[in-house]
Amino acid sequence: MIKRLVVLLLLAGIGAIFMSLLLGYTPDNELNLTARYYAEHTAQDIGAANIVTAIIVTYRGLDTLGEVTVLFLTAAIVGLVLAQGRQQNSQRSQRKLPESGELLQTGSLLLTPLILLLGVYVFVNGHLTPGGGFQGGAILASAILLMLLTDPMRHFSHRLISVLESISGLIFITIGVLGIIYAGGFLDNRILPTGSLGQLFSAGVIPIIYSFIGLKVGAEFSSMLVNLSETEGS
Amino acid sequence: MTDLMTTMSLLLAATTIGAALMAIWGKRSLPIAILAAGLVSLLASVQFLLLAAPDVAMTEAAIGSGLTTFLFFFVLGRVRGGSND
Repeated sequence: MIKRLVVLLLLAGIGAIFMSLLLGYTPDNELNLTARYYAEHTAQDIGAANIVTAIIVTYRGLDTLGEVTVLFLTAAIVGLVLAQGRQQNSQRSQRKLPESGELLQTGSLLLTPLILLLGVYVFVNGHLTPGGGFQGGAILASAILLMLLTDPMRHFSHRLISVLESISGLIFITIGVLGIIYAGGFLDNRILPTGSLGQLFSAGVIPIIYSFIGLKVGAEFSSMLVNLSETEGS
Repeated sequence: MTDLMTTMSLLLAATTIGAALMAIWGKRSLPIAILAAGLVSLLASVQFLLLAAPDVAMTEAAIGSGLTTFLFFFVLGRVRGGSND
C-alpha cells in the first residue's frame, strides 16, 4: 500500500515537472547562438551537407569516441559474461532445432543482401543524408540478426568480428591523431580537401571515419547477438 | 507546424501511450507485450521524423524497434528453454 502510494506520488511529481516545462515552453523563432554558429559555419568549414554528422564526427568528435568506447565495453562485457556459459555447454549444444519456415528462409535470402547494402549506404552517405555510422552499424547488425533467426546454429567467426572491430577502432584513432599533425586538432576532418558540398567524396575524412565507425558498431552489435544466440538455455 | 502536422503528432502520441499501456498490462502473453514495446519505439521514430529529426528517427527504428524487440524474443526463448511453447 505504502509502496503504491510512493509510486503514485513519484508519478505526480514527474507529471508536475513536465507540466511546468510544457506551460513555460515558447517556440524559438530563430536559432540560438550555438545552433546559428553550426548552421552558418558547417558548410564552408567542414563541407558536410548533414550538419548533425558534422557535429557528431568533427565538432564533438571526442564525445563520439567516448560513445564508441562505451559500446565497445558493453559488447566486451556481454561477451565476457556469456562466454562462461558457452564453454560448459559446448558439448551438448547440438540440440536438434526445428527447421525454420520456408517463408523465413527464402525471405532472408532475398532480404539479407539488401539490408547489408542499405546499412553500407547509410554510413557511407552519413555526411550527405540522415543517418551515419551508428545507424548504419545497427542496420548491418539487423542483417546478421535475420541470418541468426533463419538458422540459429549458423556459426559466425568470432575472430573475424573482433579483428574487424579492432582494426576499425584503430583506424578511427589513427585518423584522429593524424588530424593533430596535419590539421587543426584531434579528429579534425580537414586532412583531405573538403571538396564541394554535396559530393560523395567531400567533407574531408568524415566519410572515412563514419564508415569505420559503422563497421565497428556493426561488429559490436553482431558480436553481442552472436554471443547471445550461442548460449544455450540451462 | 501546420494544423495537420499537429493533429498527426497528437494522434501518434495517443497511439504511443496506448501501445505503452498495452505493453505494461499485457498480462495475457509476454510476446504481445514485447511486440507492443516494439510498437512504442516504431511510433516514437515516426514522431521523431515528424519533428524533423530523421537521424534520431533512424536510430530509434533500428535499435529501439528492431534489435531490442528481437533481443527480448531471444531471451524469452532462452528463459523458456524452447521446449514448452
